[in-house]
Amino acid sequence: MIAGADLAIEVTQLHKRYGEVEAVTGVDLSVASGEVVAFLGPNGAGKTTTVEILEGLRTRTSGDVRVLGVDPAAATAAWKERIGVVLQGARHEGDFTAAEIVTMWSAYYRSPRPVAEVLELVGLGDAAGTRTRRLSGGQQQRLAVALALVGDPELVFLDEPTTGFDPAARREAWETIGGLRSLGVTVMLTTHYMDEADHLADRIVVISRGQIVADGTAAELARHVAMPTRISWDAAQLGHDELPEGLRELLDTGASSGSASPSETSVPVPAGPVIATQDVDGVVRQLLAAADSAGTRLDSLAVRPPTLEDTYLALTGEGSAGADSTGVAP
Amino acid sequence: MSRLRQVRSETRFNLLGFRRSPAATFFTVILPLVFLVIFTSIFGNYTISATGARVATQYVPGILALALVSATFMNQAIFTVVKRESGVLKAMRATPLPPWVYVGGSVVSSLVLTAMMTVLVMGIGRIAYGVGIQAGALPSLFVSLAVGTATFSALGLAVTCMCPSEQAAPAITNMFVLPLYFVSDVFVITSSGPPRWMGLIGDIFPIKHLAHALRHTFDPFIDGVPMPVGNWLVMAAWGVFGVLVTVRFFRWTPRG
Repeated sequence: MIAGADLAIEVTQLHKRYGEVEAVTGVDLSVASGEVVAFLGPNGAGKTTTVEILEGLRTRTSGDVRVLGVDPAAATAAWKERIGVVLQGARHEGDFTAAEIVTMWSAYYRSPRPVAEVLELVGLGDAAGTRTRRLSGGQQQRLAVALALVGDPELVFLDEPTTGFDPAARREAWETIGGLRSLGVTVMLTTHYMDEADHLADRIVVISRGQIVADGTAAELARHVAMPTRISWDAAQLGHDELPEGLRELLDTGASSGSASPSETSVPVPAGPVIATQDVDGVVRQLLAAADSAGTRLDSLAVRPPTLEDTYLALTGEGSAGADSTGVAP
Repeated sequence: MSRLRQVRSETRFNLLGFRRSPAATFFTVILPLVFLVIFTSIFGNYTISATGARVATQYVPGILALALVSATFMNQAIFTVVKRESGVLKAMRATPLPPWVYVGGSVVSSLVLTAMMTVLVMGIGRIAYGVGIQAGALPSLFVSLAVGTATFSALGLAVTCMCPSEQAAPAITNMFVLPLYFVSDVFVITSSGPPRWMGLIGDIFPIKHLAHALRHTFDPFIDGVPMPVGNWLVMAAWGVFGVLVTVRFFRWTPRG
């Protein structure tokens, strides 16, 4: 029991079934104290279900769960003093000011942080007297974070803190969440944005179809999936016939454009040949040599390394050609 | 923070939210007073042949019943559904606040509103229409108000289980109370009473029992302490029903 004392979260073989549907199928997870972990996955992957089980808001079908050493299914008030929760899309009463809502919630805890301090902490010091309905989306999310912090928790859960935000509000929320690190609290956040996970978290745990499919830093995940770099150019500058045999075989024929997301495929990629390869140096040299012997210049040559999105889509199997989002993994 | 202070804090913010909600203020405070003036001014000086008392002595307690139902049942239901559907109740479940403190805070808020409306309605009744209450009837008034507040708060929480969305809450709660006001001697008071079948419907539901219990305490000809025990018991039975439904079916989480 005490062996996991420095683990804030310990989950083994967590299962959750809703009727016929198994939303979570054997999740294993551990989060060390003080760590910031992103739980990354597409909609419907089981993120919220898992997190709400950890928060004590949902029951589980089977598996072992310890959060701060306690089974959340048997959560006591004393345990709830130690956690802070930001639910997905919660809206707070618009007729109250930010300071009033934080004051109201501070009464729920035995030893709350001072209201002014909490508002300052999330950057709402200037908006303390503003009615909630007049706060921007980013400010409302900050308020939700303030409510999660007012009890001075050791562990904070944030469920999709920036979904539906415009880029400015997203930046704003990121700043606030980044600030939690300096408080030394353990943070578990869910998101379906790889860049958000990469920006905020020490470690990214990827969940897809109710199972953990990868765990590591963004760089480790990228190495793990070993996505190819995509090299493209304008066919007018170097046509198919002018390519050496070896490169012709490597040409991407569009149908297997690999990792392009649905939104990317709907925008036609600039007409032109594409080669997806791990051997960037070799392919580029051959292309330049071919251009040389054809007597043209290859100004249109573009080398695009795999993006975070590519890694994410490859990990979750969302982008695989031909498979729709509800399809079975190949 | 002690539990008592938590209840006080909840009450304070409930009342603040009430004050800032134009709809709640209108339906709970303004509308009963407007009805009091309209009904009592039009019909108040007729006398009821059976007793010889003026109808005004029955409209004052009738409107008091209306105000109590608004302050408890309607407010409890509508505010709770709004908090549930916006995810606030769910978030609250993740805090150490015991659920009974939340419920206690909202019942105490209803009690404060009921007390305020009692003072207003009785004050206007006394000043404008000369309708008063005998000192000996005061304990009975307090019991009726206390039983009424508890019962209609419980029913307000119970009816949230039938309201799928915050838009539905005002419609569903009004669907229950509006027709009942007409058959429960709140809006319409005649010497002969409503048709028999309407009277029976009124007898089943608790609003008429609240109105009659209050009417008893305003009876100018009564000797000694009015004890409408039957009305109290029927109300209490509905209160128990409300608690049972709430305990069994209450949801903390938004739909979907």
